[in-house]
Amino acid sequence: MKVIKQSPIKSALTVLALAFASSTTMAQELSITVTNLTQGLHFTPVITAAHTSDNHIFIASEMASTELQTMAEGGDISGLANMLTNADANLNENPAMGLLAPAMSASFSLTNDSANTHLSLVAMVLPSNDGFVGLDSWKIPEEAGTYTVFLNAYDAGTEANDEIRGSGAPGEAGMPVPPPLDASIGMNGTGVTDMENNNKVHIHRGSLGDDNMTAGKSDINNSVQRWLNPVAKLTITVQ
Amino acid sequence: MLTFTTPKKSTSKLTLQLLIASVFTIGLAACNDNNKVAEEVVVVAPVTPAMEYSYSITLTNLTYAQPLSPVAVALHGDTKMWQVGQSASVALEKLAEGGDNADFIALTSNMATISSEGPVPPGASVTLDINTTEPMATYLTVATMLVNTNDAFSGLTGVDISTLVLNQEKSWRLNVYDSGTELNNEAVGTIPGPVDGGVGYDSTRDDIDLVGYHSGVVSKDDGLSSSVLTQAHRFDNPAVKLTITRTK
Repeated sequence: MKVIKQSPIKSALTVLALAFASSTTMAQELSITVTNLTQGLHFTPVITAAHTSDNHIFIASEMASTELQTMAEGGDISGLANMLTNADANLNENPAMGLLAPAMSASFSLTNDSANTHLSLVAMVLPSNDGFVGLDSWKIPEEAGTYTVFLNAYDAGTEANDEIRGSGAPGEAGMPVPPPLDASIGMNGTGVTDMENNNKVHIHRGSLGDDNMTAGKSDINNSVQRWLNPVAKLTITVQ
Repeated sequence: MLTFTTPKKSTSKLTLQLLIASVFTIGLAACNDNNKVAEEVVVVAPVTPAMEYSYSITLTNLTYAQPLSPVAVALHGDTKMWQVGQSASVALEKLAEGGDNADFIALTSNMATISSEGPVPPGASVTLDINTTEPMATYLTVATMLVNTNDAFSGLTGVDISTLVLNQEKSWRLNVYDSGTELNNEAVGTIPGPVDGGVGYDSTRDDIDLVGYHSGVVSKDDGLSSSVLTQAHRFDNPAVKLTITRTK
């Protein structure tokens, strides 16, 4: 990241200019539908935020925050929600009331304050160690209309992709397996890898999986639970 | 925004115009004898020939080793012929599992259709022209199977093309869907493409039965021991490039 230094006067002017600019834009009413495009992945509770342009839930090529790690390894969005609330973001949490199943959609409304010009969204993808579907700072259009955004799967870079049953707690190995997924995920995998050499957020390389539900390297089913990007679609209607 | 051109007139339209002209002539002739009859004829008069819309559609196969089944193109009203999270129609299932687009083309909701004559090999393109005089036929659907798969297809559906002006072009890079109607076991006898020559459509639905995005083929080279596919048959999104140009 490039850090641009500005003289105090210039940045004060910029703030003033922004104040004028934002005074001309009103709060917006957004109707949002998030669609899980996959046939084999579940999304944990989705969190969506409208926030200022200088905030991010994640940035590809930078290290994950502890809050992002907690979401990406176990699906817990409470830390991100606190962080975003402290940053005066407008939030929507858990629109599917639990897991967003394969090929399913969840819809919700979000009213964004005039300063909250950018939209971000994350949810963990299951089964994975620390994979998540993400949108980082999409500029909300001022013009009314319906917009479509396709989302990719990222790797938080915080846990080795061993692809075997384990823990959803941050820093603990293995994948969380909530009850609805139990039957579809294998067991006794020996582990695909115990290394996580890229500790920055990056595009997920996808799961390897295998075709053995009771042995093999991976507990992921290779003909069902792999994916190609994009994995989600956002339909955003600006009223 | 509106661009008008002189439409080419078909023989049948010329005949229609001649008929209209003769009605006028009779009307005018009658006018000499009786003014009341002439007034009635004037009310019937302004019949104009239907406007014709034509589009040229070019589809390019972007994959390495996935021939595309004969490409189905349809113009119709405001409807989608598949949707993520919904069950595939039987017509779509036949297209996605076997590459047979006959039922898909024959759906009564279609107002104009065309199919490419044969499959589109990897790296190749096909251009199809489609015409209609139906003013409601302003939504486009294109569908084609990736034939070395169980039930993968690509395309788009229910895309509004009513705003295209003459000679305007629009392009998409299209992702791959899975009809959700057949398990992706990649097994011998289940893949209709040249790699296997297996069975295409089977009415049994043994997968999720919801349309979604395809997860890609695994192949025997990457750990699916039952697969007849090799590393060569893998694909990624996008798989197809599609361009539409309004030509009339």
